[in-house]
Amino acid sequence: MPIDKSIVGKTGKPFTMPIEWSKVREFARAIRDPNPVYFNPELAKQECGGVPVPPTFLQVAAFWMGEDSMPTANFDLRRILHGEQEFEFLKPIFVGDVLTGTSRIADVYEKEGGRGGKMTFMVTEIEYKNQKGEVVAYARGTLVETGQAVGG
Amino acid sequence: MAHKQRYFEDVEVGQEIPPLEKHPTTQQLVKYAGASGDFYQIHYDKDFAIKNNLPGVILHGALKNAFLGQLVTDFAGEHGWLRKLSVQYRGMDQPGSMIVCKGKVVKKHSEHGQHLVDCEIWLENAKGEKTTLGSASVVLPSRHQAE
Repeated sequence: MPIDKSIVGKTGKPFTMPIEWSKVREFARAIRDPNPVYFNPELAKQECGGVPVPPTFLQVAAFWMGEDSMPTANFDLRRILHGEQEFEFLKPIFVGDVLTGTSRIADVYEKEGGRGGKMTFMVTEIEYKNQKGEVVAYARGTLVETGQAVGG
Repeated sequence: MAHKQRYFEDVEVGQEIPPLEKHPTTQQLVKYAGASGDFYQIHYDKDFAIKNNLPGVILHGALKNAFLGQLVTDFAGEHGWLRKLSVQYRGMDQPGSMIVCKGKVVKKHSEHGQHLVDCEIWLENAKGEKTTLGSASVVLPSRHQAE
């Protein structure tokens, strides 16, 4: 399928992401990060000003948001690889915050690959604002559509 | 664990970040699937993974990213601040063997009154392959600002 540059700039429907302690704790346990700031709110308040979130916690939004929040290209899901991921933090995110995320297709480009043939890259940027309207973070993910099925 | 706070002045270019060992198991992949909502079967269903030409179940790339996140937040300490974390997924890893997260300070600079430490970070499996690599930028407190 030829590359469709017109999708660059396309945004999804903003989604809401409440930062809940039980979910943050579950995530910290799953990655086995024993840092007490995720488990002891009093200590966290004293040390950090609130219970912070593990740096990659925002990754879970990808599975919480509705389909209309994620603008997509016509990628074949069987040939998709998650190539790169970047998180940029501008302000602290604490348990109790209610974030609003807006996803945008930041770039689409092609490259000649090795075994996989031609590869298409799509960069999606999610901007997160807190309940005060401050931008707190950007999450940028690069998806790669390979020339053949993943693992094949 | 209580981390001793590291200050900007304590860090030198070329210095290694204290490594972080991880021992991922299939159980951890199931827990991460539940915590993150990523239920793609290649991460916990061996038959499904093999049918998809994989050697067995493989780690979520995002879990490896989370390990590297822990490496740098441990390094930054409670009074430090992670500004940026970027990773590239280069290879697959299977549960059942040790993974080590490593890093090295590559640059120290100050911007708008913030003291930044840029690091190269990577994750090495038991075969010595760097399957995930990237960079992180961390703000550290300065001893001159501390009371």
